[in-house]
Amino acid sequence: MTSALWIRFALVVGSVLLLEVLCRTGVIQPVTMIPPSRMASGLIGLFQNGKVYPPLVKTMGNVATAFVLSVGVGFLMGLLIHAFPRVRRALDPFLASYYAVPFFVFYPLLIVIFGMNDLPIVVIGFLFGVVAMLLNTLNGLDRVARVLLKTGRVLRMGRVRTALQIRLPAAAPYLLTGVKLSVAYSFIGVIASEFILSGAGLGYTIAYAFNNFDNLTMYSLMLLVLVIVVAINSVLHVWEQRMLRQRGLLRQG
Amino acid sequence: MAAASSASGAAGAARGQGLRDVSLTILCAVLVWQMLHLWAGEVALSSPAQTVSRLAALLADPGFWPDVLETATALLWALLIAGVGGLGLGTLLGVHRLSGQVAEPLLVAVYALPKITLYPLILLIFGLGMSAKVAFGAIHGIIPVTLFTLNAVRNIRPVHMKTARVMRLTPWQALRGVWVPAALPEIVTGQRIGFALTLLGVLLGEMFSSQRGLGFTIMNAIGLNDVPLIMAIALLLAIFAVVTSSLLLALERRLGARG
Repeated sequence: MTSALWIRFALVVGSVLLLEVLCRTGVIQPVTMIPPSRMASGLIGLFQNGKVYPPLVKTMGNVATAFVLSVGVGFLMGLLIHAFPRVRRALDPFLASYYAVPFFVFYPLLIVIFGMNDLPIVVIGFLFGVVAMLLNTLNGLDRVARVLLKTGRVLRMGRVRTALQIRLPAAAPYLLTGVKLSVAYSFIGVIASEFILSGAGLGYTIAYAFNNFDNLTMYSLMLLVLVIVVAINSVLHVWEQRMLRQRGLLRQG
Repeated sequence: MAAASSASGAAGAARGQGLRDVSLTILCAVLVWQMLHLWAGEVALSSPAQTVSRLAALLADPGFWPDVLETATALLWALLIAGVGGLGLGTLLGVHRLSGQVAEPLLVAVYALPKITLYPLILLIFGLGMSAKVAFGAIHGIIPVTLFTLNAVRNIRPVHMKTARVMRLTPWQALRGVWVPAALPEIVTGQRIGFALTLLGVLLGEMFSSQRGLGFTIMNAIGLNDVPLIMAIALLLAIFAVVTSSLLLALERRLGARG
């Protein structure tokens, strides 16, 4: 495991260095890409002159709202649908092909319903995130071992206690996978709709910089998004691994 | 999975009921749509009937088909690259354990990234036009296909492979008799998710900096606030996506039930 970790680390550092060298020597033209070191210094500059804060705060706020909503609603809907197998069978093909439908199309409609504010973007982020949580909630509830439920019956546990003390802990790793995907999808929904449709936020600022040939700002902000998403995912990944290890579910790699 | 096995257990009668349930779901969706239309009004959301008639008019219009063809071509190439490339890459990483261990977290990290932020980079590399769309669709699709294939190959139970060795199967027989049947259901899952994301990627690519295709037509319609046109294309795309995805899902269930 540790050797894989080292190789991965070397691979990432190596590619960044390679990119730096290629950009510095002019193999990759500066109109296409700027060296990673300049992206980093550009990003520091954006933080120093404070230009990065308004879009950053806006985007992170929207993502956070969309994420919380999608996890909460997705979990509750998952519970509800799991309780009615027939509803679930009817919904199954639609849930499975949910992510193939491009929701950005509904942005004008959402503006009319919610007004010209952040809400339409939050709704798109929510629509992206909610089904990932829902599907993983269903999956988690499916995988609760029968023997655990039988034990619960033998111990004459009530429905509420069964749910809280058996089902929830048993399904927790799968719920965490749903949470992880919800974060990712909320980010994708929010940033993509900012990018294409809105007039504020990180996505918009990147698109704006692209249209103005402002490669320094563009790549600095791309780096920022990359760092934020990877950081959040790493934290969740570590948490997930720890949970799996506690339950002895970790695959022997 | 449990739903699939219980559904196949209840046999033919359940299938008729399942079909009825799916039709009922569609009916409910259309009703909700109609109600939303009545609530939000003409300017925001066209009614189902209006949308269908607009879609029929669109499909009869020869000026619409070049855009469909453009998107279909881009999608086809992107799917080909994502499907075949992901399959090859996933198999390679699945068979060679160490490179799988090295690559998997990196792939997961890239999977979670909002790839639209990288779209300017792709535009700068490929220029405006078909190749940028194909590339953008393909990078959306190739990662889930690779991840699912990787897991499918890696999770083949050791006892199956031992059995193949004990029975002295030739590598070709082992591949046909053991590896493929064991890994196929999960590979099809990967292709299904890859399909959904590739379509999303191609459309996103067309919606930003493009001159042709369905995504471009939608952006145009958004600019003109031509609500029936937006809804008609959205409906067309949704039907296409749901039908293709359901076919792949049915294939997946059949393979899973057999295995």
